[in-house]
Amino acid sequence: MKIRTIAELLNAKVLCGEDRLDNDVTSACGSDMMSDVLAYVKEQAVLLTGLVNPQVVRTAEMMDMRCIVFVRGKKPSKEVLDLADEAGIVVLSTEERMFTACGALYKNGLPGKEC
Amino acid sequence: MADAIKFHFDVDGDNFTSAGEASVKVKKLLRQLNIDPNIIKRVSIAMYEGEINMVIHANGGSADILIYPEKIVIILEDTGPGIENIELAMQEGYSTAKDNIRSLGFGAGMGLPNMKRYTDKITIDSTVGKGTKITMEVNL
Repeated sequence: MKIRTIAELLNAKVLCGEDRLDNDVTSACGSDMMSDVLAYVKEQAVLLTGLVNPQVVRTAEMMDMRCIVFVRGKKPSKEVLDLADEAGIVVLSTEERMFTACGALYKNGLPGKEC
Repeated sequence: MADAIKFHFDVDGDNFTSAGEASVKVKKLLRQLNIDPNIIKRVSIAMYEGEINMVIHANGGSADILIYPEKIVIILEDTGPGIENIELAMQEGYSTAKDNIRSLGFGAGMGLPNMKRYTDKITIDSTVGKGTKITMEVNL
């Protein structure tokens, strides 16, 4: 699934990484607990979360993820966006809640695998 | 044993925001050295968890990375409160972190178990009131 499609499905705003919207991703996970992301995520390229601190970006970077979706209308600070931009990670923000956002992506063919 | 390529980092304990900076730098350095991406991921996750632990529990510390032809060694050292019960600390879900750390997405008791999960060898040397030294190895 293209990151652009994720943005459309979730009616999300693109906060950074506009030039990487055509990149493909094959799986996603949703979590507000970064330690669990570090423990259980294998190859997922998209992280859906309601946390907006810099450690979300660092966690995604450690896991080689390509896209972070902030759910529940959360808006990260400029510092967080700068970190994501530097790491080459696309950042989206959606008003949808976690369960609904994950469900919309799953229903449209984005699997979760082991997360 | 051949000479190692060495990197040293100081981990700032006052600032949770900057926690993980050293791990990001190590990840970039290992990429430049053309290390296998899976190895890079394991090393950087283990070091990142260690770095977060040092910031949460020990007011910072130091991280040394030694790259040998056959393995990468990560040494994390702090002068924090030490770990009272290492066996308990190694159990998934056990944590002494405060609620404010949990609200940041950590403190779920996964730090040390994750460090063990992603490395081939981990040695924890800790004295209550003096500090903790963690040595991790990832085979190449």
